[in-house]
Amino acid sequence: MANLSPIILLLALFSLIYGNAIASHHVYRNLQTQQSSDSSSNQPYRTAYHFQPPKNWINDPNGPMRYKGLYHLFYQYNPKGSVWGNIVWAHSVSKDLVNWIPLDAAIFPSQPSDINGCWSGSATMLPGGKPVILYTGIDPNNHQVQNLAFPKNLSDPFLREWIKSPKNPLMAPTVANKINSTSFRDPTTAWKGKDGYWRVLIGNKVNSVGRAVLYKSKDFVNWVEAKQPLHSAQGTGMWECPDFFPVLNNGPINVGLDTSVDGDHVRHVLKVSLDDKKHDYYLIGTYDASQDVFTPDNSQPVLRYDYGKYYASKTIFDDGKNRRVLFGWVNESSSQNDDIKKGWSGIHTIPRSIWLHKSGKQLIQWPVQEIENLRVNPVNWPTRLLKGGELLQVNGITAVQADVEISFQVREFQKAEVLKNWADPQILCGMKGAGVKGGIGPFGLLVLASKDLQESTAVFFRIFRYQNKNLVLMCSDQSRSSLNKENDMTPFGTFVDVDPLHENLSLRTLIDHSVVESFGGEGKACITSRVYPTLAINEKAQLYAFNNGTSSVRITRLSAWSMKKANINGN
Amino acid sequence: MTSLPSITLGDEKLIESTCRQTPNFNLCVQSLKSFPGSATADVRGLGLIMVKVMQSKANDAINKIRELQRSAPSPALTSCASKYNAIVVGDIPEANEAFSKGMPKFAENGANDAANEATFCENGFNGRSPLTQQNNAMRDVAAITAAIARQLL
Repeated sequence: MANLSPIILLLALFSLIYGNAIASHHVYRNLQTQQSSDSSSNQPYRTAYHFQPPKNWINDPNGPMRYKGLYHLFYQYNPKGSVWGNIVWAHSVSKDLVNWIPLDAAIFPSQPSDINGCWSGSATMLPGGKPVILYTGIDPNNHQVQNLAFPKNLSDPFLREWIKSPKNPLMAPTVANKINSTSFRDPTTAWKGKDGYWRVLIGNKVNSVGRAVLYKSKDFVNWVEAKQPLHSAQGTGMWECPDFFPVLNNGPINVGLDTSVDGDHVRHVLKVSLDDKKHDYYLIGTYDASQDVFTPDNSQPVLRYDYGKYYASKTIFDDGKNRRVLFGWVNESSSQNDDIKKGWSGIHTIPRSIWLHKSGKQLIQWPVQEIENLRVNPVNWPTRLLKGGELLQVNGITAVQADVEISFQVREFQKAEVLKNWADPQILCGMKGAGVKGGIGPFGLLVLASKDLQESTAVFFRIFRYQNKNLVLMCSDQSRSSLNKENDMTPFGTFVDVDPLHENLSLRTLIDHSVVESFGGEGKACITSRVYPTLAINEKAQLYAFNNGTSSVRITRLSAWSMKKANINGN
Repeated sequence: MTSLPSITLGDEKLIESTCRQTPNFNLCVQSLKSFPGSATADVRGLGLIMVKVMQSKANDAINKIRELQRSAPSPALTSCASKYNAIVVGDIPEANEAFSKGMPKFAENGANDAANEATFCENGFNGRSPLTQQNNAMRDVAAITAAIARQLL
């Protein structure tokens, strides 16, 4: 008997994406206890176009990949509640990285090598287009081990079922290798060297030395630990979710490379999630393939992908559009009690294209172009002056669910406040929030603002004069975002490597109920934050451009769109 | 005469060195030593013991809340019941699994949240709290637990 279910699912997928949503029984059977309509009034914080399941806890994106024209995203999911625990690999597919169809969990405890948990891992495409997954399992002794899984049926484009190697675990801490059994996890996508050997990294630490342990294999089953880690660093603690990939040196924007590519035209990026700091950091450097050693260009300062809430991220090479795409997890800033009450916790950011800036000094991130398909009802302002003290409402869009791009031209540089000593940008944003008047700035956007401005989240720039140069500070100030003080409303900030003397200062902000994702300097500085207003919800939220500095700035561009709701996991 | 093996001394040293890196050395040592098995536990094991101590303090608070709900119910008290429920149903199981399986950041998360919930409960009474002793106890042991989790990161 022919197996029609993939065809039915495929039809459901296409109709969902192309607008005629059919509540296919086949697709929605996977949603278990489907809640009856959660109205926006009792779930004001659910996002409209960010990745999340209908309920419960999620964390790391796992094994993202592209197969037979479909994107797959797996993720750490607790089927039983809204805190971390009982973790399995939930699974969704998408044609466009924006609309997602939920499937059954792909990987869950079923053999000794993962009986106590199926933690994070990555997908690698083997020759012949065969995807495999390496992931961390927790064994009966609560030791962290690495396991292999592969699709049961390669002709199912949805790859719904996965088989585990009977040889699992393939990599494990032993008395001989002295690997710390509670600090050995998160295998990366593997890359193939010119010698035909696959290489993979596993996050590890020895005391407080963070390490990316390297394993090599010819057949993807038998793995041998390399004599030294790919890279390590004193005092950094456990390296979670490592990622290692090539980027084009001085290449065209938004072009990526397959993970195995190497050569003179290429730099390499090593990224780690630091357990201790709760942030994702990356280094740009040189990969010596003969020694399997990575040498960063600079050890200080180490850059972050995102200066707000962002963790456990990983990239894939998207061979459909020849770009590298970054997926990341954003946890809640609300209390556990609130998470239990609302019944869910955790979202992912909009996937981002990522590439090396032409200066070679940093990576650029930008929301994937497909998200722009949700834009409707454009509002465009003619260029205008924004005087010191002015507040201008942006009308005509759903302020709670919007995409805004604004550019500023600054002129009166003599009015910039002098910064005598370098300060941590996050601390600076905390000391000088949106309400603190400045010379040039603060100017930017007030998002998720209530009409009376009791609540607002400010995303803005402030320009300093530091060592005879212009220094641009970008802040996401959540300190007034909600009257509910049980939320974590710490402001975030970073400096933006843009000289406003020579170019306009741009800001793009994606607003989606309880998440604010901001990109300064065309993707040079990213800040993601979570906010939970009590007044500025649904149709009551407002959007403003503001300038609380003494000098005027010119808005050279403002474009704002309402964002349509995406079809995400049957939301 | 042969010298005594230093096993016992070594393990007391671990309790002490671990507790020195927490906000409340005395409470930490006292809490740990009151549990059997602490003498031979590693840092992860000490963390798991502190989670048991957190459970015990949460139970104290919940019992007091129930008692007060009979005699003097109030919205603040109801709110506290909800917060302690979150501690017992969310934070403590999370911290337990996290210490057991080697993901200390979620143990730190759970413990920090428990301390916050106790603080929010206390704040809800605007200075006239009947639960100050229980909330302080919860907050103090949770802070110690979080500090032990930090040592494993």
